[in-house]
Formats: sequence, C-alpha cells, structure tokens
Amino acid sequence: MSAKATDEFEESLEGLGVTWSRTTAAAFEATLADAVTGPAVGVGLPFEGVSLAGTDVTSDPTPAELDAAATGVTAAEFAIADYGSVVLRPDAPGTEPVALYPERHVAVLAESDVVPDMETAFGRLADAMTDEAGDAIIATGPSATADMGSLVKGAHGPKDVHVVVLEDR
Amino acid sequence: MSSESRAAKAAKIRQTLAAEGEAVAANTKGFNEGRYESVGGLDDYEGLKERARAIKEDAIERLPELIEQVRASVEANGGTVYLADDAADANRYIAEVVADRDADTLVKSKSMTTEEIEVNDHLEARGTDVWETDLGEFVLQVADEAPSHIVAPAIHKSREGIAELFNAHFEPDEPLETAEELTQFAREYLGERIEEAEVGMTGANFVAADTGTLALVTSEGNARKTVQATDTHVAVAGVEKLVPNLRDLHPFVELIGRSGTGQDITSYISLFSPPGESPTVEFDGEAPLSEQDADREFHLVLLDNGRMAMREDDQLRETLYCIRCSACANSCANFQQVGGHAFGGETYSGGIATGWEAGVHGEDSASEFNDLCTGCSRCVNQCPVKIDIPWINTVVRDRLNREGAPSEFEFLVDGLSPDAEPSGLDIQKRFFGNFGTLAKLGSATAPLSNWLASADASRRLLERFVGIDSRRELPSFERETLVEWFADRGPRVGPEAADREAVLYPDVYTNHIQTERGKAAVRTLEALGVRVRVPEAPESGRAPLSQGMVATADELASETYAALAEHVDAGRDVVVIEPSDLAMFHREYERLLPEAAHERLADASYEVMEYVYGLLENGAPGDALAGGDGERVAYHSHCQQRTLGLAGHTEAVLEALDYDVLTSDVECCGMAGSFGYKSEYYDLSRAVGEDLGEQFREPDARDRTVVASGTSCLEQLDSLLSRPSRHPVQLVDPGR
Ligand code: SF4
Repeated sequence: MSAKATDEFEESLEGLGVTWSRTTAAAFEATLADAVTGPAVGVGLPFEGVSLAGTDVTSDPTPAELDAAATGVTAAEFAIADYGSVVLRPDAPGTEPVALYPERHVAVLAESDVVPDMETAFGRLADAMTDEAGDAIIATGPSATADMGSLVKGAHGPKDVHVVVLEDR
Repeated sequence: MSSESRAAKAAKIRQTLAAEGEAVAANTKGFNEGRYESVGGLDDYEGLKERARAIKEDAIERLPELIEQVRASVEANGGTVYLADDAADANRYIAEVVADRDADTLVKSKSMTTEEIEVNDHLEARGTDVWETDLGEFVLQVADEAPSHIVAPAIHKSREGIAELFNAHFEPDEPLETAEELTQFAREYLGERIEEAEVGMTGANFVAADTGTLALVTSEGNARKTVQATDTHVAVAGVEKLVPNLRDLHPFVELIGRSGTGQDITSYISLFSPPGESPTVEFDGEAPLSEQDADREFHLVLLDNGRMAMREDDQLRETLYCIRCSACANSCANFQQVGGHAFGGETYSGGIATGWEAGVHGEDSASEFNDLCTGCSRCVNQCPVKIDIPWINTVVRDRLNREGAPSEFEFLVDGLSPDAEPSGLDIQKRFFGNFGTLAKLGSATAPLSNWLASADASRRLLERFVGIDSRRELPSFERETLVEWFADRGPRVGPEAADREAVLYPDVYTNHIQTERGKAAVRTLEALGVRVRVPEAPESGRAPLSQGMVATADELASETYAALAEHVDAGRDVVVIEPSDLAMFHREYERLLPEAAHERLADASYEVMEYVYGLLENGAPGDALAGGDGERVAYHSHCQQRTLGLAGHTEAVLEALDYDVLTSDVECCGMAGSFGYKSEYYDLSRAVGEDLGEQFREPDARDRTVVASGTSCLEQLDSLLSRPSRHPVQLVDPGR
C-alpha cells in the first residue's frame, strides 16, 4: 500500500495509544524481541522469510503456556488506516485465543496490507468470506470498559497492543 | 389519568431523579457530546446514514427471503437456524440445546434481545448457572436490577455504588475501590465462569444473510471469549437484524459506535460465521492448541415475537430499522435526566422504546413512559437509520388514547373540544390538544378569562381534574388578537413599493398571547420592503398532535392548508414565528397532507428570522432595523427549529446587526408545549430546564438580554431566570 496509508495508519495507532515498530523481514527477530514481554506465545506467521522459530516466542502453545503468557503474537491479515484497526482471522492454529488471552497482543502486519478505509476493508472481507465462510475480528486498540465508573483499558481482552509493520512485505 | 395516579407518577419520577439522575446525566451527556464530535469527523455522515437506511428498508422488505437465505448459509457453514415465534418458543428451544449439551454453566455476552425473552430466568429455573460477562450487565446481575440504558446498562450506577455492591456481595480480602480494581476483579471472577462454561450465548448486532455471519459490536472482549471458550454457541437475534450481504455491514460499522457512545469504533467488531474452526481451549488439557478440539456447534435463534406483525404495520415498520445504538436516548433531554428506569418499558428504553415495546410486549408496556417523548425531535437527525422516532411515539400515543374509558369529568372540556377523537381520551390530553379553541375563547372573554384562570379556586380545579400544575403561571390571553390588530391597521407597504409579498401565519400563541412578537414581526418585514398580510388561519394541528390526537391534527392540517393555499398560489411567502408550527409544515404535514400539498406549503414557508436573513442577503437594508450596538444577547433556539437546521439564521441576523450573541447548547428547554404544565411532569420539566438556566446564569451570560424562538422556551426561561425574555424579532423590530 502507499506510504500515505501507512502514515495514516500509524497516526491512528498513536491516537489509540497503540505502539508500533517498523522493521524488515531480515531484522524481524530483533524487532520482535523488543516488542514482547515474556513469557510469550504465538501462532505461525504467513510472511515469507519471517518466522517465530528463531525467537523466544513459543509457537503452538499448550493451554498452560497460553495461560501463563504475558504476550501473544499473531499475524494481522490486514489493517485499516483511518481507524488504526488490525484485522485478525480466527483459525484452526489458534490465532483467536493467542490474540485474546494474554495481557499484551503483538500483531505482525505486512505494510502492503494496509488498506485506506472501512469501505475497502469490507470489500476485502466480503471477497474472502463469500468464497469460504470464516471469522474475522476488526480490532481497534486495547480492550476497554467504562462500566466500572470510568474508562479502564484491559477488560476481558488485552490491555496493550503493539503492531510490528514489515516494510518489505 | 386520575389526580392520584398523576401524583404517584410524579413521585416516581422525583425518586428516579434523586437516586439515579446525577449518574445518568453525566453519562448520557458525555455520550451525546461524544457523538456530535465523532460524527463530525466523518467525511460523508449523511451519505452513510442514507445507505444504512436504504439497506434496512430493503432488508425488511425482503425479510422472508433473507430468513430462508440465512438458513441455507448457516447450515452450509455447519450450524442450525431456529425461527422462534415468541419468547416461550425461543426459551424452550434454547433450554433443549443446553440440556442436550448437558451444560451446568452458560456464559452470555450482552444482548437486549435475550433480556426481551428473559432467557436467564428460564434457564436458571432449570438448573443452569447463567453469567453475564459484559461488566455492566454483570454489575446488574449482582445487584438484581434492570438495565437503565440499551447500550451501557449500568449508567445509573456510580463507581462508589459498584464498589459498595461488590464488597458486600463478594467480600474480597482487600476492599475494592478504583475502577481498575473493580474491573480486574470482575475479569478474574468471570474468567473462571467462562472457563467452566459449556455454552456461550451472544446476541448479534447484525446478521449477514449471504454468508451466515454475525457481527458483534463490543469493547470488552467478552463476546470474543464467550464464543472462543465454549464449544456450543447460541446466538439470539431478532429477525430484523438480517442484512442481505456481508458488504452491507460497512456503513453500520462506521455509524454504530459513533452514534451510541461517541466512539469512532468500538474495540472489537467480531464477524463470526459459526461454528468456525478456532480451537476451544481446555485449560486442564495438555495438548497444544493445534491439537485441541474444535468440534463446535452453533444455533442461530431468530426471534419473531411480534416483529413480523410490526413489518405489516405501516406505522411501526420503521422501528425494525433500528440498530439500537442509543443515540435517541442520549440526545433526549428527558432521558438525560431520568434514564431508562423511568423512560423505558419492560425491556427497551429511550425514544424508540415505544415502538419496540408496543411491537414486542404490547402497547400497555409503552403506555408507562410514552408521554416522556415530548416530540422535540432532537433525536431525529441523530438516528443513523433516519427513523422518525417522534412520529412513532405519536402514533402509539394515538392508539393508547383510543383505549381509554370515558371520564366522568369529560363535561369540563366538552365545550371546547370539537375534535375528531373518541370519547374516553384522557381529559388532560383533550385540554391541551384543543388549545387552539381554548385560546379563541380566552381572547374573546379576556380579561375575565385571565382572572378566572388565575384564581386560586380555578387553579385547584385545573390541577385536580385536568392535571395542570398550579406552580406554573398560565399564559395570559390578549383581548385583541394579532389578526384583529392587523385588520384594523392594514398593510403599510403598498403593492407597487413591495419587493415581496408574505403572509404572517398567525400561530395560536402569537395570535392570542404573544401578540407583541407578531406586531414586531410585521414591522420588521415591512421595514425590509415586504407587503405583509395576516389572514385568519386555524391552529396548525401541533397541539393535538403532541397529545397523540392524530385525527384532529389531520383535520387541522387540511384546514390550515386550505387557508394558506391561495396565498401560496399567488406567490406569497408564508412566514412563521412559532418554530413548532413551522416544523408541522415542514415535517409532519408530509404525513397528513397529499404529497403535492405538503411540498407546496413546505417550500413556501420560512421561519421569521430565516426570512429576515434571506431578505438581508438579497440586499434589503439592514439599517432599517434596530441595530444592537454591541448589545449582549443570550439566545436559546428551539428544539424543532434546530432539527430543521434553522438556528444559525437567527444568530447570523443578530450578529450582522451588531448584537453580541451567545447561544445555549442544551437539547431542549424542557417545557415542550404542554409537557411542563402537566403536574406529573413538572419536576422533570424543571430539571431539564435547569441545565438551560445554569448556562444563562454563567458569568459570561448573566448580564445578557435573553431571547428565545419558541413560546414554550420563553415561558420556561421566564420561570427560571429573573430577567424577562423575548423573541429575537423583538430585538430587531424598528419600532423597538
Ligand atoms: S431509533 Fe435510531 S437512534 Fe434510536 S436506538 Fe434505534 S437506531 Fe439508534
């Protein structure tokens, strides 16, 4: 996607209190190491030349490992620039529990997957999900509640969100 | 209503105001401001609303077809669809699913539709533990209270109140105090319940028929967990939640959070096409996620419960377009004071609740609170699917009126009620609905009528039998009406000298009570080169319509049109002082007159200051009017005038004439025609008005001249402030 979309995406993240880092496939492992708080669990990443294998992140965790994790690392299928949203796809390997249970969620995103707006996002989701029904979570910022008398970040879901943007993917 | 039931109602409202008013007001006003700000950030807000509306119209039109389509798509995904006729049918089916799964515990994410069918009670009676995982709903479950708001159910509770409740109920080792501590505690407590649960129940904000996808709009993440952690998912959704295609969700996703709590988007928009393949996590198991069981079951329970009948009902059908965003509650001045415990029925609350309650529980459930809609129309432009919410309230009020038994005191109003309503109509409604007739009589017999009306004995009678609160000052009728004054005086601009010709519509207040503002308007328009006429014309129908007397309003609309049509045909503009009457011509006449008649009149009619603005823009001499020379003015526009987008014209005219203008930003003055006079609503009306009073008592406002466009607003302001107030046209009147 255009550099403009990425700039807008990062600006939106800023407004949401979501941190991010830019990196390349080659520098991914080092960047991720900075982005996670251990212990961390993850699900395999679909980007060429990018893997959790060389990191401290435990892939395909057991429930006990998931329960103990401080960070969950998943791929984001794409992102929506003007809202600062990442789109997650619950799947058999466990993207949904890994993104949902730990206090911190790190979403890994290819820069080419930043779309400008919600309308484009729904076009893309409709294309994907009409072919084969599936799930998607449009996640924008951390989980939050105002039900206890004032705004609190971190309700049932993660309290912190971080996005790793792969510039060359 | 008897004077005893009025007193009981007033007491209940006072109680709610005292116990919950503060928390409700802080929250709803916050949501309301948030909405204005958030929708202001959209490039094409109106375009999104139009699309959302069109999608809903189409979906409800094709509903039977969409039900069949979603059945096929959900089944293709591996789930089941059950179409439940009513609450009992839905509950029976859900209990069977729970029994088949052998479930001890069911966790829920927030859903008003499950409140509507009271499924928790049904399941608990059969031995299942049911837990609400939305933190607001959880608070209410612990407190054993009902939601006070359709989106944020516990807004009537303060943090201190919740802490007290939790500390007493759960007796934690360390007492809980901050919002963070309360949230953390609830997260852990409910986390355990979610882990135990076999069944997860959600609602659905939308259901896409083509893919069988549910859209859930949440921020806490509890809906995700409810679905993720359980292997059996039951979603309960009204049939009206269906939209044809997944792509159709786009405008709704952009609008719903902004319209509700003023968030651009909630943290999570979950799109589930269940059962899905995400592994359920057995926390006591050893196998890694990829080897965990993903043998999921899904049941979509589509609920009719009166909705298909609403679809056949030309007046209630629009209710089905509602996406339950809560904008109509948050933008409502009355709701802001009392919340859903007073302004709500069995399940739903706020402006649109009348439509929902009448449709799903029956009109009686709507009768409790329907009168709290004053028809101010502030919600109309806020609704993301453009529902005419006040109209639905009016229609249901009309239906309720027709259910009443004749009152033994009917004779009191008989003489002044040539209306088209059945006997049995509440005497108070008949009194206010026939205000046009009353005003005629009042002027004809003034000043005797004024003396009589203000005598203690009559005030007691009026309070006891008609329910007019004796703490309100009654309007005082002028012996000489505006029409009579003008007939004597004649026009002062000759036909040759005239740039334009206009008729000043003699609304009932201007003609009989506030004649001075009428005279000021005549002089103002004449000074700008307009040849003015003030013909006889009937009351517009606003008074009966506000009481739900639709047939009477319909007759008056025809008569008013007949009285004005010739002038419109002759190319004369129709100038209106009272904004609520102008709103009749522009909005409600669309429903009461043939299309062409409505359009003709609406196109030709203007609010008086809007008209002055147009004249000045077209070169009329501003110096012919009374300039302000920097005079400081506090201006309260009128609710219906603002809905028509006509508040800015008054400000612009005053500023152009060198007045220094400060404008109020409350939604409504709280008087709303007859509302503030009614003894059961007096306290609420004052509470709403107090917001306006406070603004005008601020340091920057308290020395300003007070002006307001509506009669009701002027009456309310007079009762709130020690300064007198008047109509803006009286400021610029060259005869001032
Ligand atoms: S009627 Fe409109 S504003 Fe009110 S809750 Fe429904 S969608 Fe929202």
